[in-house]
Amino acid sequence: MKHLLSTENLGAADAIRILDTAEEMAAVGDREVKKLPALRGRTVVNLFFEDSTRTRISFEAAAKRLSADVINFAAKGSSVSKGESLKDTAQTLSAMGADAVVIRHWASGAPHRLAATDWIDAAVINAGDGTHEHPTQALLDAFTMRRHWTKLHGSESIGADLSGMRVAIAGDVLHSRVARSNVWLLRTLGADVTLVAPPTLLPIGVEQWPCKVSYNLDETLEAGVDAMMMLRVQGERMNASFFPSTREYSRRWGFDDTRLRALDELGLKDTIIMHPGPMNRGLEISSAAADSPRSTVLAQVRNGVSVRMAALYLLLSGDTREAATTSGAAGTDAARSEKENN
Amino acid sequence: MTETASGASTGTFLIRGAAILGGGAEDLLIRDGVIAERGTGLSAEGATVIEAAGLVALPGMVDIHTHLREPGREDAETVETGTRAAALGGYTAVHAMANSNPVADTAGVVEQVHSLGRASGWVDVRPVGAVTIGLAGEQLAELGAMADSRAQVRVFSDDGICVHDPVLMRRALEYVKAFDGVVAQHAQEPRLTAGAQMNEGAVSAVLGLAGWPAVAEESIIARDVLLAQHVGSRLHICHVSTAGSVEIVRWAKSRGINVTAEVTPHHLLLTDELVRSYDPVYKVNPPLRTASDVQALRAGLADGTIDVIGTDHAPHPSEHKECEWAQAAMGMTGLETALSVVQETMIETGLMTWADFARVTSTVPAAIGRVADQGRPLEAGEPANVILVDPAARWTVDPNKMATMGRNSPFAGKELPGAVVATFFKGHPTVLDGKLNTPYRHAADAAGAGSRN
Repeated sequence: MKHLLSTENLGAADAIRILDTAEEMAAVGDREVKKLPALRGRTVVNLFFEDSTRTRISFEAAAKRLSADVINFAAKGSSVSKGESLKDTAQTLSAMGADAVVIRHWASGAPHRLAATDWIDAAVINAGDGTHEHPTQALLDAFTMRRHWTKLHGSESIGADLSGMRVAIAGDVLHSRVARSNVWLLRTLGADVTLVAPPTLLPIGVEQWPCKVSYNLDETLEAGVDAMMMLRVQGERMNASFFPSTREYSRRWGFDDTRLRALDELGLKDTIIMHPGPMNRGLEISSAAADSPRSTVLAQVRNGVSVRMAALYLLLSGDTREAATTSGAAGTDAARSEKENN
Repeated sequence: MTETASGASTGTFLIRGAAILGGGAEDLLIRDGVIAERGTGLSAEGATVIEAAGLVALPGMVDIHTHLREPGREDAETVETGTRAAALGGYTAVHAMANSNPVADTAGVVEQVHSLGRASGWVDVRPVGAVTIGLAGEQLAELGAMADSRAQVRVFSDDGICVHDPVLMRRALEYVKAFDGVVAQHAQEPRLTAGAQMNEGAVSAVLGLAGWPAVAEESIIARDVLLAQHVGSRLHICHVSTAGSVEIVRWAKSRGINVTAEVTPHHLLLTDELVRSYDPVYKVNPPLRTASDVQALRAGLADGTIDVIGTDHAPHPSEHKECEWAQAAMGMTGLETALSVVQETMIETGLMTWADFARVTSTVPAAIGRVADQGRPLEAGEPANVILVDPAARWTVDPNKMATMGRNSPFAGKELPGAVVATFFKGHPTVLDGKLNTPYRHAADAAGAGSRN
């Protein structure tokens, strides 16, 4: 694994290795000194062409806990017409000796361009590209689900997948990189996924995705759901006639108080409610749902740092970078030895 | 460069033993711009002999759809470089699209492009006039002035942009009847394609790129064939790209509507699966479609529903392709690969013969553009616009070796069949042994002013 660009092409072994390594990293976060020397002397650049404070500080915290040097590069609105090109920016970072580039870009495929061209030799991590993918978000979601699912079954999370877990993802699938990354990763991990959305917010071609599609949130809940993930709805979608009004959207596809109560009535006592944030309270999710004990919103944020530490570690650590494709255990073993040395 | 003393005297050439339109081997004697004789065992006296055994002789190709970029974007292509590419690709005439800067929407601009073409001397350059002023889709350009100019424009198009206002389209179709013109429509409903990046379907769903639905093309074609029928005019559809478009054109022709349609070489070979690389060399308008669209386009070309090949040759500077997909310019080069791609997709598949090839690359495009002296039979007395093709050749596409300034060939690295060995333009060899020779010199230009270097 040289880059982390998408979950579509992430195999089960690699995915589980990242999640297992993230468990090791999470243990670091519980200690008094939350720092490993693993990436000392390595440089991680956070290259953000789009504002996302949450994702940037999560990656920044992850890199710093691994002792990497972090450079934050906010390159908003870069284009041929507006200023420096992606190519020039990449070559500049390459000349500065970046070992990894964490890229957030409004254009789908921009991380693939960085990885496929000779503009820069660094490891590329996709921190969200356009409406394409957001692989570390899907990995932290899967990490959160796996902890819940294994705890529920009293089993060990290390090495586990999500076989048998029923996951519903509701909202603006059409424009959601989170939904795409989750669909591919959850399929790889063996979960049973249902997308719930108004037909206008589902892409043409979704019927070929490895999941079920529903227009009815209540029916989906009645069929049984172990994790309910709500997606953020952008207000500007309303102006483009994707749905008639925010109120109608909220009634039909929002996780409101009625649906929160319905979980109890349906006997779904262990169903968790997830949201990648930032939330539109009262639109796609009610405050009661967001703040309920079922909500994993803050756990997702916490787990994000662990998962991003794992991704950076596996891509950059000299010992495992070459072994990564052959040995599933190398990553976690190395993480353990780093801890012992610390 | 050598210049002939007189425009009519372009020397004597004996093409010996070429398969005429892929048929039996015969000789062609070319003298002073015309085919003097066709037959077997012709005398070589006083002629330069070109041994053509194993080669196919075809009428010079006529591109109905070329972007030469000049005036305005000489960093992308000039008339000189674009027509060199055309000659190497087997063309003896190209239609230069109107989306230059300034737009070719006045007699002055089309005459400039026409003059540049004559000065270059590699092919006939037939300027296409804009339908609307500035391609803005609001007001008709002076179509009559362009038709009456020295450029004698007959093809009018806002290509790159659709004439989407139905009233304006109706008026344009009606108006060009006055001078036997044709409106070449770029069929793209703008509201259905706002921000569109690639074909809308299974691949765009995965890639998260805004979809360009087939219906955006098909709905305009459906509307325009009905308009053409209503006003009794001539309509040409640029670069049809979907199976549904082929069906609509087939239906229109069955009703006797005077419509012609064009397909690009790249839409005959490439699909939207290539976009998975996010490499903008595959970004083009209309977008690459699916494998079933490709099959429908091939079938439509073979059965005559689609009339012609148009390259939509669209060179771009490298910085417009070395960037994010969404930022990149749309378009691909095509003049130097068209023959090979059509051979690969249509001839080697058994769908067409070389005679069919001549029809779709020369005879019919010349007829649509009302280009005199082009697309003629290879018979005695006809103008000597002739190419020799080696169908057994195989070559690997290297954009860096092309004559076009554009490096944006989607076929880079691909091995293709067929090579242009020689191109005769008005009896003069612009290409010999697969390499550029010298340009043709028009009599008036050779005599003095107007020549350009």
